[in-house]
Amino acid sequence: MIRKFTMTGLALVFSATSSLAATDISWWHGMAGRNGEVINEVAQKFNASQAECALTPVSKGTYEEALASGIAAFRSGEQPNILQVFDAGAATIINAKGAVIPAEDLINTAGYKFDRDAFIDGVRYFYADADGKFVGMPFNSSAPIMYVNDEALKKAGVEAPKTWEEFEAIAPKLKEAGYIPLVQSQLTWQFTENFFSRNNIQFATNNNGYDSVIDTQLKVSDPNLIMMFDKLKAWADEGYFAYYGAGWNDNQKMFEENKAALWIGSSGSFGGLTKTAQMPFSADFLPYWGSIKGAGTSSFIGGAALFAMSGKTDAENKCVADFFQFLTSPEVQKFYHQATGYVAITKAAYELAKAEGYYKEKPLAEVGIKQLMLPAGEWSKGYRLGFYPQIREIMEREYGRIFAGEVSVKEAFETIEKEGNELLARFAKTAG
Amino acid sequence: MTHAPSLSPTSPAVPTAGGFFRRFRSAPAEPHFAKRVQFNSPLLPYLFLAPQMAIIFVFFYWPSVQAIQSSFYLEDPFGFGSTFVGLANYTDVLKSGEYRGIARFTAVFTAAVTFFSLAIGLLLAVKADGVIRGNGTYKTLLIWVYAIAPPVAGLMGMMFFDQHIGPLVKFAAVFGWDMKVGLNYNDTAIAMIVVSVWKQIPYNFIFFLSGLQGIPVSVREAALMDCRAGFRRFWTVTLPLLAPTAFFLLIINTTYALFDTFGIIDVMVKDKAANNPISLVYKVYMDGFRGNDLGGSSAQSVILMLVVFVLTIFQFRFIERRVHYN
Repeated sequence: MIRKFTMTGLALVFSATSSLAATDISWWHGMAGRNGEVINEVAQKFNASQAECALTPVSKGTYEEALASGIAAFRSGEQPNILQVFDAGAATIINAKGAVIPAEDLINTAGYKFDRDAFIDGVRYFYADADGKFVGMPFNSSAPIMYVNDEALKKAGVEAPKTWEEFEAIAPKLKEAGYIPLVQSQLTWQFTENFFSRNNIQFATNNNGYDSVIDTQLKVSDPNLIMMFDKLKAWADEGYFAYYGAGWNDNQKMFEENKAALWIGSSGSFGGLTKTAQMPFSADFLPYWGSIKGAGTSSFIGGAALFAMSGKTDAENKCVADFFQFLTSPEVQKFYHQATGYVAITKAAYELAKAEGYYKEKPLAEVGIKQLMLPAGEWSKGYRLGFYPQIREIMEREYGRIFAGEVSVKEAFETIEKEGNELLARFAKTAG
Repeated sequence: MTHAPSLSPTSPAVPTAGGFFRRFRSAPAEPHFAKRVQFNSPLLPYLFLAPQMAIIFVFFYWPSVQAIQSSFYLEDPFGFGSTFVGLANYTDVLKSGEYRGIARFTAVFTAAVTFFSLAIGLLLAVKADGVIRGNGTYKTLLIWVYAIAPPVAGLMGMMFFDQHIGPLVKFAAVFGWDMKVGLNYNDTAIAMIVVSVWKQIPYNFIFFLSGLQGIPVSVREAALMDCRAGFRRFWTVTLPLLAPTAFFLLIINTTYALFDTFGIIDVMVKDKAANNPISLVYKVYMDGFRGNDLGGSSAQSVILMLVVFVLTIFQFRFIERRVHYN
């Protein structure tokens, strides 16, 4: 009797919880430290804002590890609802037709109206398909910008350069003042991919890879790109530029320690730099070449996007759509922008932060957004290249050889083009 | 390796392990191995073996079969499309100049790490064995490095060799050597070898020391009477008696240099290999886990499996012959 009673009681309890319980959705990401904490805060805000959905973020390590875990999980049918994928991995997930539900479809199906125009220009195309439909939801976005050591420029009596020609003119004075005129932190992102975007030059055939994976080829033997690296090598030889390897921090350190005058970093770097830099600094756009016709366009977006994985129930997909709506609301965007240093991705969030006087207080936070809001050129929208993480590795290897004096710039780019095209051809076979 | 080697002179653990292999080849049981445990049921030994076999099957055989299978396909990582490409993954890899360069480096790296960590470990063990006063302190000081995890060792190595603040880089500069770890291929290779050797010395030290202590006092005293030259005595008497230990360590160190140095390499190249040297295992990781090229990286891991297989057979067939147990 007692036993029967207990069973009934238990059954009641279970049915009660299941009818009241929120739909659980999971979010795998590759962020650590402060940025990982902010993700937890965003999830808490979302969970507190409504009762139907309960979002659980899980850190999977780095960007690469998050993508690899997401793939392994998908293959065994255990995928999360939301997966964060970084810029260079975008082609991997977007070309796997059926792995994700395009963000735009998901949001429209859930009964919201998706407005592409709400997003700032620089983020609209990178994670979209050839027709401009959003496949991934841009999340943490950054741009490569130039940090300026105010003390060094004052000492040398020069202005921050807008173009590389202007840089060439002031470099000897900066050197004379006892500074390394220029350092950078990622040649692939800052001087290759965004060389193409800022100077409005085609990066790869097939519309930078957006139209098809079949027969897509790199165009890195472009004479302008070769010119850029010839210049970098010449500047390095003359002491106007210094390269400390592919590691980000080894290069940034020279700027922090007041030894370098200009540093190409990320728009998200300013928060950390404020704590570590030993001198006052400001920031400006990534320079371009005045001699290249049509140059000065917006840069590609860096960072990562959120993808809604397929194979989930309608209720869960609805929750993901709710979360994407929540995430792109001006208040949440502004919170994320201010807490992390990543750019605000919607115009409304930017206006909101501006109206509050945030950029008067922190002018550095605006530089990346403004660069992404520059007029877009034909070739500044994005690139979609398979096995791109490995192509970047080839570039890093060859760039190291250029500065070690082992190969000429031309030879390096011939190798990159040849090996890169082989990888693209391999990728086309996997996607076929 | 998880079992703690015993330092007591009466139990030379390693030669017994080696003796197993030897007995395996020479069919007639030797008299001193005649004592055997008898099981009442013929199934019982298999039952005892089952958990171990299950682990080996799940974590080794099953993944190996999967790797061999996917090495013949090119597939998109999410598992939607896959194309059978025959041996194309293998030919692509073997034709690649970059892959061959990595293979060359791996060979040099493995040889250097194995040689130096064995040689220095042996030297320290011989010297520590001769110390009478305070030998416990010496031994502890030499052994405790072994407790450091490879990534932590890599991290410490990275600090020592940091291009801006590294003390070893500053030390090299005294001799006019402008060391640029992370920038110069050879400098990075040297730094990697130094850190990997440093990390492995204590392990070899422990085994060599226990091997030395396993040599009977009577043999040493007899040798001392026959020959006064310390080095010659070591070369003709001590070293042959240490051979079983040395052979065991040779295999363990080769495997260490090939596989376990992954953590050190990963930390030292700071996630960006660029033009720095990397090992074959690291390349498998880069292509498979970061590049999501499952077919290509499976082919590479099958190649690596074959290399280790051949190397092990070679070591047992040609080197073990020169080793005398007991």
